[in-house]
Amino acid sequence: MDLRLTNQEPTEAERAAVDSVLGPPDSAWVGGERGDDGHAAHGGHAARAQRHLLLPVLHALQGRAGWISQAGLGYACRRLTVPPAEAYGVASFYALFALEPRAPVVAHVCTDIACMCSGSVELVAELERTIGPSGERPSNGSAIWLESPCLGLCEQAPAVLVTRAGETPGEHSISKATAVDVSAALAGTSEQRTETLAPQTEGGGDGLRLLHRVGTIDPGSLDSYRGAGGYEALRTAFDIGPAGVIREVTDSKLLGRGGAAFPTGRKWDAVGRNPSMPHYIVCNADESEPGTFKDRVVIESDPFALIEALTIAGFATAAEHGYVYLRGEYPLAWSRLEHAIEQCRSRGLLGDDVMGRGFRFDIELRKGAGAYICGEETALFNSIEGYRGEPRSKPPFPVDKGLFGKPTVVNNVESLLNVLGILHDGGAEFARIGTEQSTGTRLFCLAGCVQRPGLYEAPFGVTLREVLDMAGGVRDGNDLKAVLLGGAAGGFVGPDMLDLELSFEATRAAGTTLGSGVVLVFDQTVDLVPILLRIAAFFRDESCGQCVPCRVGTVRQQEALLRLAADRPRGSVADETALLAEIAQAMRDASICGLGQTAANAIDSAINSLRVFEPQGA
Amino acid sequence: MSVVPVTISHTVELEIDGENVRVREGATILDACRAQGRDQPTLCYGDTLTPINACRVCVVEVEGSRVLVPSCARKAEDGMVVRTDTERVRHSRKMVLEFLGSSVDLTTAPNVDGWMEEYEAKPERYGPPAPPAPEGARDRAQAGHHHAGDGQTAATVAQPVKVDNESYIRDYAKCILCYKCVEGCGTDWQNTFAIAVAGRGFDARISTEYAAPLPDSACVYCGNCIAVCPTGALMFKSEHDMREDGTWDESEQTVTETICSYCGVGCSLELHVQDNSIVKVTSPLDHGITRGNLCVKGRFGYQYVQNRPDEE
Ligand SMILES: Cc1cc2nc3c(=O)[nH]c(=O)nc-3n(C[C@H](O)[C@H](O)[C@H](O)COP(=O)(O)O)c2cc1C
Ligand code: SF4
Ligand code: SF4
Ligand code: SF4
Ligand code: FES
Ligand code: FES
Repeated sequence: MDLRLTNQEPTEAERAAVDSVLGPPDSAWVGGERGDDGHAAHGGHAARAQRHLLLPVLHALQGRAGWISQAGLGYACRRLTVPPAEAYGVASFYALFALEPRAPVVAHVCTDIACMCSGSVELVAELERTIGPSGERPSNGSAIWLESPCLGLCEQAPAVLVTRAGETPGEHSISKATAVDVSAALAGTSEQRTETLAPQTEGGGDGLRLLHRVGTIDPGSLDSYRGAGGYEALRTAFDIGPAGVIREVTDSKLLGRGGAAFPTGRKWDAVGRNPSMPHYIVCNADESEPGTFKDRVVIESDPFALIEALTIAGFATAAEHGYVYLRGEYPLAWSRLEHAIEQCRSRGLLGDDVMGRGFRFDIELRKGAGAYICGEETALFNSIEGYRGEPRSKPPFPVDKGLFGKPTVVNNVESLLNVLGILHDGGAEFARIGTEQSTGTRLFCLAGCVQRPGLYEAPFGVTLREVLDMAGGVRDGNDLKAVLLGGAAGGFVGPDMLDLELSFEATRAAGTTLGSGVVLVFDQTVDLVPILLRIAAFFRDESCGQCVPCRVGTVRQQEALLRLAADRPRGSVADETALLAEIAQAMRDASICGLGQTAANAIDSAINSLRVFEPQGA
Repeated sequence: MSVVPVTISHTVELEIDGENVRVREGATILDACRAQGRDQPTLCYGDTLTPINACRVCVVEVEGSRVLVPSCARKAEDGMVVRTDTERVRHSRKMVLEFLGSSVDLTTAPNVDGWMEEYEAKPERYGPPAPPAPEGARDRAQAGHHHAGDGQTAATVAQPVKVDNESYIRDYAKCILCYKCVEGCGTDWQNTFAIAVAGRGFDARISTEYAAPLPDSACVYCGNCIAVCPTGALMFKSEHDMREDGTWDESEQTVTETICSYCGVGCSLELHVQDNSIVKVTSPLDHGITRGNLCVKGRFGYQYVQNRPDEE
């Protein structure tokens, strides 16, 4: 491949940003062998093998300058031997990257569905009045605010993420944000302000399997983690060997918690047996499903647990290399996990000889950049590899051809966390918890109109009513209108479904889903139509654009809803809902991946179960 | 010592619409359908390119699969039971055609009209088209943000044609985002990587870096992207200009096959001639070696043949 690069010179700052990731160039000429015409780089293999560093390099450029310039990107391309058109295609895929000059400070204000129930609508109106429209720089200001999809802080709504570019770039989250907070953020005087809301842990977390260390240990201290039983599970794993671990996980009947409910043991076994080497283990912490915040809470409060579980997964499947792909909007989780990984390395719990047992394993942290689709496992691989986060077609499945084309286990944070308890109690014992087909406990993200929003843990089989009761019921004694189960890709259920048993099998039988554990509550004061419009806008924004049913279907779905919401249907209301049903069917049947296949679910359930567009409807 | 390769040709047998078909192992469902004389509509599929199965117009039902599968990419397997004409298949095909027909200018895409009729697609039912985007607006769209409008008009990809060089034009109002040009320019053939998909969702688009004009990009004007474009979004400037003037008339054209005389490779050329002038150059896609690809000389270097003294 010949690279043609422009002659634009990067600024010193841009050069330094790229070099901070790639190291200083070996010579004054910085990319492969130099071509005759002076600006062609003939792809050196060593450089091209670094393509997986493209995303970190883009983060560095964005963080330094507040946007990614053509000269800055050109320098990165030269160092990595990536064609500029491709690198531009990658950079422009992510919502957190700007490709035109932009103010260095940006307040990303969540306007998604949980925040809509807790003041984001009023917040946005006030920002428009006091600061100006979204995206517009106030006179002589160096900061803007932008609307954002769910920031994963739904239990502390409304949420704001502040990104600050410059010599020491940084990000922080602000929960329960007011217009005063946003003004402070734009003036550069705000800082991280969030809480850990897991009410069950307040008395010490006894009896909880997944959350028992939350709030009781110091997430910055390995000793604190070990003092609370940490690293006993890995010791057990070493004692029983890889086959033993896989047997216990299989016996536990653990199903994946990331949405697809696939048996974890089967996945591990398939990769463990695969003769093609190397194997990879990837932890999916992209958590961008609106209403979901469980993985954030776990990583912020108990980061060593994830590292230990990932190490066990690596040991069981003969993988030496693990990745954690964390969504870009989680600055606190990022710094805690980064710190924890450092500690584990320095204490011999990661590295060439883990615990002195001759097992080599290390973890690389990767930061997303604002793309829900990168949570889809194969899109995630592409994102790590430095390509656009477009899902691949399956088959082949990740256990055969995953990251870098090698056998790969992908697991959600919560799935992995369960493995610690499984090794502690044994798989069979674990399988006694919960229901026949849904074993163990589940993390539920309670947000919206509930009295005590937060993260809760309960065994599968608990009813929706019981879960709501744990969170103190509907806020302010109001009446329940609906619950969104499973997030934007899930479905609404009405108050008639309070006795629904929350397990994979019972929700499936009821035509709904547990998805990522979202239990988003709407009381009678909430108008569901704007919520549906927000969900439709979300899917339009987050579609990768690869396949027609999803790329255009999400737009046509939004347009039909806009007409219904404005009471200006083409034809009758029934014509519009029939059209929506037709669009839904094609998206479900013919889309490449789960995003398009589920993009109509919530809207479909609101129309058909809650009857939102009928005169007496919700 | 040399090893004599033993080739055993494996085949698989599957059932399509109730009839058994046997095809070589590795063949796709589409290959099997074609072998059986039941062609399927295709848009993003190209014989000479790696299937990316993005348009979904070729989907079929496969027993045991929850969702429909793209026949152009899924390999035929022993015992597969495939249906190409069920209600579900027809519905998805109709919707894909409507989605494209309501958002993209398909006037120069061959075959589409016939499929629209066959599947009873009615792109008009999504409302009148929204006004075209101003020049450059789609190129600058930021991922994760969009302007929703009021739903009374149907969003489209309409935008002005890009005319920035003398060889060919890019009319992305006609682009169905089939990725064929990207594959042709990149890994599949040309290895130039002048263009890629940029942006996301409905704002995804084919672009050079920072939407630079072609003369400032890596493009070498091989025209191999034009050869694979299924909609006429990429077009010889000569054809584009004649269409604008209303003088393009395929019934008046002759096609002369010849061999490119520039170098020793000897690529096959098809010269399309109207009114005694070459109006475009193609190369047969089924040519065993070049598979429709040319370089800038064969594709665009034809002016010298028609430098007639009387025209000076
Ligand atoms: C659009 C989309 C987004 C997804 N996002 C996530 C996510 O953020 N986290 C996650 O664990 N799984 C997500 N998934 C599911 C993953 O593809 C995959 O099934 C999961 O990570 C497997 O892990 P598990 O078996 O432990 O559940 C998503 C799927 C789709 C289609
Ligand atoms: S369904 Fe949507 S997100 Fe998934 S591949 Fe297709 S366009 Fe991309
Ligand atoms: S003309 Fe050739 S080099 Fe230029 S964009 Fe098309 S395929 Fe790529
Ligand atoms: S320009 Fe043509 S070949 Fe390229 S993606 Fe669009 S329709 Fe396909
Ligand atoms: S943080 Fe606002 S909806 Fe999740
Ligand atoms: S032709 Fe098969 S998906 Fe486009």
